[in-house]
Amino acid sequence: MSACGDCHEREASVHVTHVEGEQVVTVHLCGQCAAARGIAGETPGEGSPLGSFLAALGPAITTPTAEANATATCPSCGASLADVRATGRLGCAVCWETFARSLRDLLRRLHGATRHVGEWYDDPAVEDAGPRRAIYERLRLQDALDRAIELEAFEQAAELRDQLRALTEDDRP
Amino acid sequence: MTEALELPWLAGDGPEAGLVISSRVRLARNLAGCRFWGRNTVDDRDAVLRQVERASSEIPELAGASWHRLDALPRLSRLWLHEQQLVSRELAGLDPTGTVRSGAAVLADGGQAVMCNEEDHLRIQALMPGFALEGARQAAERLDSELGQRISFAFHPEFGYLTACPTNVGTGLRASVLIHLPALVLTREIGKVLQGLSQVGLTHRGLWGEGSEVRGNLFQLSNQTTLGKSEAELLDHLSRLVVEVMGHEQRARQVLMRDAPLLVEDRVWRAWGLLRHARVLAFEETLNLLSGVRLGVELGLLPTLGWTTLNRLLVLAQDAHVARSADTGLDDEALPAHRASVVRRMMDGEVDG
Repeated sequence: MSACGDCHEREASVHVTHVEGEQVVTVHLCGQCAAARGIAGETPGEGSPLGSFLAALGPAITTPTAEANATATCPSCGASLADVRATGRLGCAVCWETFARSLRDLLRRLHGATRHVGEWYDDPAVEDAGPRRAIYERLRLQDALDRAIELEAFEQAAELRDQLRALTEDDRP
Repeated sequence: MTEALELPWLAGDGPEAGLVISSRVRLARNLAGCRFWGRNTVDDRDAVLRQVERASSEIPELAGASWHRLDALPRLSRLWLHEQQLVSRELAGLDPTGTVRSGAAVLADGGQAVMCNEEDHLRIQALMPGFALEGARQAAERLDSELGQRISFAFHPEFGYLTACPTNVGTGLRASVLIHLPALVLTREIGKVLQGLSQVGLTHRGLWGEGSEVRGNLFQLSNQTTLGKSEAELLDHLSRLVVEVMGHEQRARQVLMRDAPLLVEDRVWRAWGLLRHARVLAFEETLNLLSGVRLGVELGLLPTLGWTTLNRLLVLAQDAHVARSADTGLDDEALPAHRASVVRRMMDGEVDG
């Protein structure tokens, strides 16, 4: 068992994988530090989607990490987190990166998931989709691994873990 | 002026045609590098339209499709398109206070449509008759793939297809079936069934989608979430639950016929009589009568009647369609009389023919 990546004291019980720039990052946190970052634990979403939406974005404002997020504006369309909260809509594709941290928590409440596991899209304008595709494949494997662990399918989980490791090693310079 | 309207998704020959009127799959897509609705300008929306126009002109599947610029159409024509389920209420600017936004358009061909400048830049949809979600998915995905090879869609390796509203992100897929559940309504079991569905990730709406009331015992059942499951898993989940709901409806029909056969028989024959002989019909009343006749035909209590006629009446008896066929306006006080005449003509044609 690993220690929490934030407080380095308590045991990590929440494992969050996400994308930062071109990197896939997995953070291991204890319940308290996860809550401080605005990552929901076992609390199910309540009421309407919009209600959950506001609830998900609301409390995060009071935490130090999210505060920076709240004052940030999207470099592409100029939308702020307050705009997104007020309308329930993102302003552009870049908003999804800008407010990713707040959005992940919201997505968990709305969809019970934060990652796309559906089909991959080959953008005709992107010449080398390799690095982006590798991120997608790795997240998909991670997702399958999480599900296998949840279902206690340990043999399958071990296989997936090996595949995931192989992918990670391939990426090392 | 009666137009020979092709409404292929209302053909009565689809799977489970008695219970399920139609199946629909829509995919939400946005163009990479273009601001979303709410933060985009008139010029941005024009640019979206131009890109879609250019791309669609190269796609063989869309060779027979026609463009409708909603921002240049009168209310009657916009309502007419909405009644055919080709455009949403929002895009057609049909809310009492609503106006049509610039750049609002739809490219439509039978049951296929590409809405432009809706909440997302593109809403690609395919409609099929009966319980045919897989067929609708394949049709929508063909269009999606053809368009996506020619236009760059906003896609993220972690979040999938990016949408204006977080409720649509990921696959961007919303699948739905339009299903007729009169016995569950009559036995008052419907509340329990709908509540059960909402607990397993399904949502329900009325005939005209978001915000519309349930009328004529017609329900649109659809997936609530779009992220964290593959397209196939989402469809499979919905399909399995629709089969379950159909089972509940069939059992409720057996209960009705066991406990109150005379009441049911009286109800369906009254519906039959009114539809065939009434001289003035409100649309809501027409929907309820159509529901009664549909149930009567299914239970073998009424003469056999093709599903196509009953399905088509769901659209052809609506205001804009009645007004067009009578060559009149939406404010014509005689609209209910014109409606009764449309209904009688179609029912007589079916019975006598």
